[in-house]
Amino acid sequence: MTVLGWLQIITVLVAVVAAAVPLGSYIAKVMSGERTFMTPVLAPVERVFYALSGVDAKREQGWRGYTLAMLAFSAAGLFSLYALQRLQGILPLNPQGFDGVAPDLAFNSAVSFITNTNWQNYGGETTMSHLTQMAGLTVHNFVSAATGLAMAFALVRAFTRSESKTIGNFWVDLTRGGLYLLLPLSIVLALVMVAGGVPQTLLASVEATTLEGAKQVLSIGPVASQEAIKELGTNGGGFFNANAAHPFEGPSAWIGMLEAFSLLLVPVASVIAFGRLVGNWKEGRSILATMGIVLVLGIGVIYAAETYGNPILTGLGVDGSAGNLEGKEMRFGQALTALFSAGTTGTSTGSVVAMHDSFTPLGGLVPLFNMLMGCITPGGVGAGLYGILVVAVITVFVAGLMVGRTPEYLGKKIETREMKLAMLAILIYPPLVLGFTAASVMLKTGLDSLNNAGPHGLSEILYAFASTTANNGSAFAGLTGNTLWYNTTLGLAMFLGRFAYIVPVLALAGSLAAKRRSPASVGTFPTDGPLFVGLLLGVIVILYLLQYFPALALGPIVEHFAMLAGKAY
Amino acid sequence: MLSHLRPAVVMIVLFTALTGIAYPFAITGIAQAVLKGPAGGSLVTRDGVVVGSALVGQNFASDRYFQGRPSATSGPDPKDATKTIDAPYNAANSVGSNLGPTSQKLIDRVKASVAALGGSPAKPVPADAVTTSASGLDPDISPAYATIQVPRVADARKLPLDKVQALVADNTRAAGLFGERTVNVLRLNLALDAASGGSPGPAASNDAPAD
Repeated sequence: MTVLGWLQIITVLVAVVAAAVPLGSYIAKVMSGERTFMTPVLAPVERVFYALSGVDAKREQGWRGYTLAMLAFSAAGLFSLYALQRLQGILPLNPQGFDGVAPDLAFNSAVSFITNTNWQNYGGETTMSHLTQMAGLTVHNFVSAATGLAMAFALVRAFTRSESKTIGNFWVDLTRGGLYLLLPLSIVLALVMVAGGVPQTLLASVEATTLEGAKQVLSIGPVASQEAIKELGTNGGGFFNANAAHPFEGPSAWIGMLEAFSLLLVPVASVIAFGRLVGNWKEGRSILATMGIVLVLGIGVIYAAETYGNPILTGLGVDGSAGNLEGKEMRFGQALTALFSAGTTGTSTGSVVAMHDSFTPLGGLVPLFNMLMGCITPGGVGAGLYGILVVAVITVFVAGLMVGRTPEYLGKKIETREMKLAMLAILIYPPLVLGFTAASVMLKTGLDSLNNAGPHGLSEILYAFASTTANNGSAFAGLTGNTLWYNTTLGLAMFLGRFAYIVPVLALAGSLAAKRRSPASVGTFPTDGPLFVGLLLGVIVILYLLQYFPALALGPIVEHFAMLAGKAY
Repeated sequence: MLSHLRPAVVMIVLFTALTGIAYPFAITGIAQAVLKGPAGGSLVTRDGVVVGSALVGQNFASDRYFQGRPSATSGPDPKDATKTIDAPYNAANSVGSNLGPTSQKLIDRVKASVAALGGSPAKPVPADAVTTSASGLDPDISPAYATIQVPRVADARKLPLDKVQALVADNTRAAGLFGERTVNVLRLNLALDAASGGSPGPAASNDAPAD
């Protein structure tokens, strides 16, 4: 670790917060339907969207209507994206002449992109036509993020209202989030990326004659337009197999830094918007502080573990001063790589600038644990905010038990129904992650996909289900996911990880909205200060660390000691 | 549920038109108009021939050139398309080794690479010289790895050592707040060819973005 390295990390984090403050105000306005400086340009487009789809923007929905609308939209996305992949062979804009995608892979990829996971069991440059990349995958980069944002602000609205039957209109939230927030940001970022070396062309490849006279085929395409929303929408699905580690997706340290900034931006700004909307910016601050502490600790552990390196290799005569460089790109350096890896898994982005599979055991433990927590530090677009608010609800309940008071959060009493719904959401994850992992290690077809033996093999499988369940999408990419077993089970994990989680959350929103919002009294447990931050961290540790410790002990932790003892598999 | 069908389908169509067609085409149009070089892949040409991309590494095997990092990419076997064989720096199929830190395969591979470079625990070799990159297409190496290659290249080209070392220094990226001190292998080798005179052509032009 170096001072310069930490300076890089701090610079990016400070820039994120600095940009998130004004952007948070903007998001608050957008999601409240207020006028913004973009209104003159975008309002006509917005009106066309409502008119053609027959939406009455003034009519709000109860939580059931809101949920059904979200499910209907996701279903339409699922079917259309599946069809597009299957038919790409006979559709235009297919310069590489790819065939249609196989049914199980097309199912997996369709679920992956509508759930904002962007897990990829395929290599982009060897599987997907330009039409699929643009009119399929890029579109869902936008709308799955806008869907997440919609659900988060439906929950925020539930806190701000008193005795309300409705929580907003899904179609309006979706449209406004996509149009006013994601599209303008993506346009700016995509052009900056092109200037920085990310290609944007309709060609499929360029042929070069190397200095030694060999032929090198360079895959290329409309990369920048997808790369921009991939980071901003915390999606993470790369145009190329190597994702942002590919020199065309992450051409320089500057662009790598900009990508790390972009993937943290909207999640952090959403928390600030939350603070504004509930009428106390300190509520946003305490949530953000909690997220920030976990994020920075994670960055520190990765940075330390990766610069410490792999003593087995050092013993063979490899200079250890640069740390572990297997699966890393020279231009990014260890500090930026650590920041990016913690950020991409703390959010639900999942794009990578290095291969997490080749990290040291403790370096790889951090991304894994970030995802086991459900990607809430600071979480995906929208998903991070509603994820941490659910944990906050549980925290005030625990605090209430300790002091013997009826728990309250943001003026809403937390009672049996709310607790049941919050726990129902939280409890979706462990059976999916641990159940599917256990099944995979007992099946030959599950083990045949491994690229590494020993404890690292278990980590590969655990990582895959943690990533898909939390809708992250990064991978210990040695695992061959494109098999019937993994395409199906990982697809199910993504589907249930998103929808079985969000339906109880929206029910919670409905229940909270219907309650009276009572003003804070002397007896109210304060949720805007350091005490709450400490409690929230404690609940996160109890909920997740204890739950997954046995699995982690058998994977990365035992591998760490094996590495120190010089044992190989 | 049925009442949600129309907005669901229409919204998918509208977002596809806007973010799946209009947005990428607009970005492509603007990029091709004002940022043609980087939008086209930062290609480097010499004597009118595209010799590669400034951003993407390529395979160098000869002693006359500086070599990049080991690469884990593969490609179809020309003799039997159903099989894949090692094809370093295959820029049509980016991939890392994905070998974990306790992998015997990794250890065996590194051991062989260290031996090939004449390294030992007493005389360690730079880490980037024996590890594969994340994409298999890393265009850069560390100055230390370039330096240990100087004698070999100078010998193969019959150039004075200090001249080759000076070329390495000239082609080393200065450290800033962001970015490591690295050497772009393709640029260094182009400079090397130019300095060797005779052997292929005048200085290359390139339309890569500025660092």
